[in-house]
Amino acid sequence: MSDSVVGPDEVDHIADLARVELDDDERALFAEQFGEILSYFETLDEVPETEREPELTNVMRPDNRRESLDRDDALKNAEETEDGQFKGPRVS
Amino acid sequence: MSHNAFITEVEIDGETGPLDGKTVAVKDNISTEGVRTTCGSAMLEEYVPPYDATVVEQLKRAGATIPGKTNMDEFGMGTTTETSAFGPTENPAAPGHVPGGSSGGSAAAVASGAADLALGTDTGGSVRCPAAFCGVVGIKPTYGLVSRYGLIAYANSLEQVGPLAPTVEEAAQLLEVIAGPDERDGTTHDVRDHGTDYEYAAAADGDVDGLEIGVPTELLEGAEETVVEQFWEAIEELEGQGASYHEVSLPSLEHAVEAYYVIAMSEASSNLARFDGVRYGNSGGYDGNWNETFAKAREEGFGEEVKRRILLGTYALSAGYHDKYYKKAQDARAWVQQDFDEALDDADVLASPTMPVTPFELGESLSDPLKMYLADANTTPVNLANLPAISVPVGDDNGLPVGLQLVGPAFGEKEIIRAGSALA
Repeated sequence: MSDSVVGPDEVDHIADLARVELDDDERALFAEQFGEILSYFETLDEVPETEREPELTNVMRPDNRRESLDRDDALKNAEETEDGQFKGPRVS
Repeated sequence: MSHNAFITEVEIDGETGPLDGKTVAVKDNISTEGVRTTCGSAMLEEYVPPYDATVVEQLKRAGATIPGKTNMDEFGMGTTTETSAFGPTENPAAPGHVPGGSSGGSAAAVASGAADLALGTDTGGSVRCPAAFCGVVGIKPTYGLVSRYGLIAYANSLEQVGPLAPTVEEAAQLLEVIAGPDERDGTTHDVRDHGTDYEYAAAADGDVDGLEIGVPTELLEGAEETVVEQFWEAIEELEGQGASYHEVSLPSLEHAVEAYYVIAMSEASSNLARFDGVRYGNSGGYDGNWNETFAKAREEGFGEEVKRRILLGTYALSAGYHDKYYKKAQDARAWVQQDFDEALDDADVLASPTMPVTPFELGESLSDPLKMYLADANTTPVNLANLPAISVPVGDDNGLPVGLQLVGPAFGEKEIIRAGSALA
């Protein structure tokens, strides 16, 4: 059933866009499965264009100062911090 | 037997209120201040939220004791609780079988008596499926009834926190505690602006005299024979109590599962971009090119199903494919909403089997993701339409529980609670 439109190279490209590294097994597995899943998604072609009523409205509030998370609490889960700030990986 | 229902067992005590003396287990994607909240993922194995979700504040204020954080499919992505990084949960009602998912730990905690009540979250059936599989009651509220503040997002436009309980009345009582507007979640509503109120427990009076039930034929077509038999027996029971039913066709439902998965995966690919290991979560301690560093941390932290959904969502939103997948899925969503609105003009509630199948054996379904997605055929349309639904236990097939789903109009929780309470 799989008319595999997505090969290992394309899986790699998507993984790159998504910032997820894959090992060889995952790359092969996804290349095998994505064709079948995507061809199932393609049955959406049969759906007629439908008018959409917006259900969501913007909810505004005055831009006043108020209490927020304590800095130490906000940094508590970070692996590395420096001078009260998050520290990202070193760029070589 | 623990059934591996909990990822973390603790005791968080509440104040005093309507839930005095009750234990309420909380799914592990709902933030608890000072108690780790993992989403069932190695990525968040050591994440300790610095604040409570609004629903957790509400539980504490109502006097509940939280006995632990329950196991779940990783980030809510699954129908069996087998994608958890903390191992699968066993179904207490059907040993050797899955409890359903993704809120499988919450349903198992209630079914085994480890907790009186539980909170789960429902993005495409994640409260109703485990309720059906474990023989308990679960409610997916109308979108906007319950605050999502502090819920770690998977697909924001679809998900709601919902109660699980042994009976409809107890589920309704817990819903009363967590329902209501929250200034920290701009999508919440006050139901009093929609011509109703929050008296949900009182609605569990079992009075179905004059109730008109619509039965969408599309939701019976793919169901197993024994499930369909149990379904009609439940409808007969409601008829015997004064309800009547008619069949109705909702052609849009044929496309609900694929629309749901395209939308949920697209939202997931964006929501889970935050997990880069810098502010929280697994970093792996890599240095070098930032993108490569993050990609390695995410390779380590995420399981296979999460990667699959992030990648498929990224693909569906990428240049050249957005119109083909995401835009068409939004059309399908609007179509499903129209179909439900029309069907609910002629019926008080719509009824179907909650799940088209009985619980899978542990390990049976992991290898075939598409098969797993198709099991959500009856639950996902309700999330697309933002409507409330309840799953009530209606019997079993050789010991494997079967659930009945009742869908109501927006903010019509009292309708589905009243109808459901005639059965459980």
